[in-house]
Amino acid sequence: MNRIDLVSRRGFLEGIFSAGALVLGTQILPDGAWADGTAGAAAWQPTVYLGLEPDGRVIITAHRSEMGTGIRTALPMVLADELDVDWKNVKIEQAIGDKKYGDQNTDGSTSIRSFYDAMRQSGATARLMLERAAAAKWGVPAAQCKARDGQVTASGHKAGYGELVALAAKQPVPKKEELKFKSPAEFKYIGKGVPVVDQPGIVSGAAQFGLDVRVPNMVYASIEHPPVFGGKVKSVDDGEARKVRGVQKTLQVPPFQPPYAFQPLGGVAVIADNTWAALQGRKKLKVNWDASPHASYDSASYKNTLLETVRKPQKAARNVGDVDAEFAKGGKIHEAEYYAPMLAHAPMEPVNAVAEFKDGKVTAWAPTQNPQAVQDTVAKALGIKPQDVVCHVTLLGGAFGRKSKPDYVAEAALLSKQVGKPVKVVWSREDDMQFDFYHAVAAMYMKASVDAKGRPTAWLQRCAFPPIESQNDVNARYGGFEQGMGWSDIPFDIPHLRAENGPAEAHVRIGWLRSVANVYHAFAVQSFADELAAAANRDRVEYMLDLIGKARTLDVQSIPPNTPGYALEIGRLRNVVEKVAEQSGWAKKKSGAGHGFGLAVHRSFQTYVGTVVEVEIDAKGAVHIPRVDYVVDTGLVVHPDRVRSQFEGAAVFGTSIALMGEITAQGGRIQQANFHNYPVARINEAPREVHVTLVQNGALPAGVGEPGVPPMAPAICNAIFAATGKRIRELPIKKTKLV
Amino acid sequence: MIELTVNGSSRKFDGDPDMPLLWYLRDLLELTGTKYGCGMGLCGSCTVHVNGAAMRSCVMSVKDAAGKSVTTIEGLHKEHAHPVQVAWEKVNVAQCGYCQAGQIMQAAALLAEKPKPTDQEIDQAMQGNICRCGTYQRIRQAIHMAAGVKA
Repeated sequence: MNRIDLVSRRGFLEGIFSAGALVLGTQILPDGAWADGTAGAAAWQPTVYLGLEPDGRVIITAHRSEMGTGIRTALPMVLADELDVDWKNVKIEQAIGDKKYGDQNTDGSTSIRSFYDAMRQSGATARLMLERAAAAKWGVPAAQCKARDGQVTASGHKAGYGELVALAAKQPVPKKEELKFKSPAEFKYIGKGVPVVDQPGIVSGAAQFGLDVRVPNMVYASIEHPPVFGGKVKSVDDGEARKVRGVQKTLQVPPFQPPYAFQPLGGVAVIADNTWAALQGRKKLKVNWDASPHASYDSASYKNTLLETVRKPQKAARNVGDVDAEFAKGGKIHEAEYYAPMLAHAPMEPVNAVAEFKDGKVTAWAPTQNPQAVQDTVAKALGIKPQDVVCHVTLLGGAFGRKSKPDYVAEAALLSKQVGKPVKVVWSREDDMQFDFYHAVAAMYMKASVDAKGRPTAWLQRCAFPPIESQNDVNARYGGFEQGMGWSDIPFDIPHLRAENGPAEAHVRIGWLRSVANVYHAFAVQSFADELAAAANRDRVEYMLDLIGKARTLDVQSIPPNTPGYALEIGRLRNVVEKVAEQSGWAKKKSGAGHGFGLAVHRSFQTYVGTVVEVEIDAKGAVHIPRVDYVVDTGLVVHPDRVRSQFEGAAVFGTSIALMGEITAQGGRIQQANFHNYPVARINEAPREVHVTLVQNGALPAGVGEPGVPPMAPAICNAIFAATGKRIRELPIKKTKLV
Repeated sequence: MIELTVNGSSRKFDGDPDMPLLWYLRDLLELTGTKYGCGMGLCGSCTVHVNGAAMRSCVMSVKDAAGKSVTTIEGLHKEHAHPVQVAWEKVNVAQCGYCQAGQIMQAAALLAEKPKPTDQEIDQAMQGNICRCGTYQRIRQAIHMAAGVKA
């Protein structure tokens, strides 16, 4: 439910719109707010801004962050379509962080889901106001005035939107019931797309990422963080560091107070004239660190701890029927354990920020997914108010969840306060990999009893991983919303089914990485299903359809992060399996002799994805992926090219996770540092062809950025099994010798 | 004093001669189109042309560039319309875009040497350039599109 009204351009909008502009704001209210009367009392905090300028230009603010999904193009495009203006006349302004915009956290593949309606409503509202302004001007009934292509016409009359702006701004804002929305047949851009606004700047080199920000008198900082999470500076010898040409001084960043949340890790900063001098100075620092309680964190023994945890009964996240009674009947039992390691985000642009502390206030420029979290985190670190922090959002050179956590912006602000100048904090690649908020390591135990046809009569699954909630609670041990990511919302039609989650303690910072817990959950669930099908010698597509059962609706809406309004439609899940089989030519494919095909299906972020992967294993045991087929049901598609590109990219991201991604700790220290020991897929290792089909239906729009990732690892592993007979139960695949 | 040419202009530098060309370009000349990604020559984000050849500017010092001609993404074409740039935009290659300057410089160097590369030659030439968003399929497509178009 949205509320739309005229907005004063004074204040935070002043720099964006001219004095003569018509500016509309939209507030997204919780469902039912109108019915229960709370809408009227809710503070007026509009989210989306549309400005119509007297010169005919249309200014739309992008309040979500651009990290490569094309959202800075897609959301304004929806508004422009409903308003019916030429895309050439649309100018996009990136919003600063401000609670007045509503939710700006560009995360969880939610932007289109959350703002599609608001964009259309804004456009339709402005269009009707323009028609009414024209009617008043010409003395004709409003119903005879049609706003199309940036102008309003009635018989014998014609005026551009710009000419009508002053009059339209005097019109009362129409109620939603009065609005006439376009029918899908009338869409010009929705479902078709427009040129991506940032492409020209990217190919010319002019696009501004966080690392490209420069402000007058700025100094550069590189920070030596505690090598073990929770470590503190005992003493520093900076004598040699200060002798490095270009180094100005060293400063300390205070350690965090648990829980770690988004606070800086602490450490010693080298302040210098340029990035190189700061990095060189750091090499000469001699820091004595206090021991940390996490200094005994060792990935090898931690793996055993996790596996032991999942071998024992744990807390049930979902329990259907009586699994134990069914197992006790003594039918045929299958068991398997799966393990997936920690991962680093490794966006191509390491985190960085520029901040200036002046007169008790902070101005920051940052590649951030969440500028309001920047305001809150910086304010807390400096003891000022969030509204005294201005955060300008640059383009993000990749993010994948890392740039939701603004510890690096707080570092820049803390240092600027000490230096008295704007400070640019630059994290090296090594800093990025060694001090990440890591994707959690996870162990999964799976058990099933099967009938004569190999179909499960009972299914038990247990997982354990250090939870994201450890950010906010030092005692957190169990998964929170992670459990609703392909675990407790498992879609199989099995009479006795239990999903459990066991405890695990975090010894590093844990964060969400593109598709989050779906990565390891889908790996275990879809691999184990393939194992059962193999044991029964059944065709994988036929078996999967049998396992997920007949078309029906599962109510998973109460399981976070499933969204209210989005049930789990088994018919749609079946459809993507059937379609991807068809698209990949599954029925005619023969696996064996180092060449194989694997299937995986997974729903995440309300999107249904069927995946078939083809693999070739060469004489040295290296895995090549000639082709990936995706069939994607993500409901309404706004910008098809950008949706396809997200799945093309997810196939590569998922390949990196499956084949080569692994972060480990020894003595509490992270052992990987750069792309030589934390490799990601290169052009010759990535899937050669990715074919994406988007299912056309009238369903609500769903998530796009993440859902292509989870099916990749199990589909690759299932294909390897088909090609070699080797079952991969531990990621990354490179740890298993295939020949 | 080190003298070199950057995008056709003569430059003089009297700072740390060991400073990588990357940081000289970015921090001192404000040519920020060339990106930092790894500092070890592993990812290719910092690729520039030095006397026409694709080089990793993060592991090449300013002193090693003395007397040479450096071209960055900003100087690849005066209207940013090098066939590779045109193809990149047509194919909508970029997602986040951060690595793409390096990809474009690498691809332009490849086409200068091999006007009609095969898929295998493209993979060979481009495997030093990481794209974490995973745009490789479109990179290959855009290189084929730009192949044979006069630069």
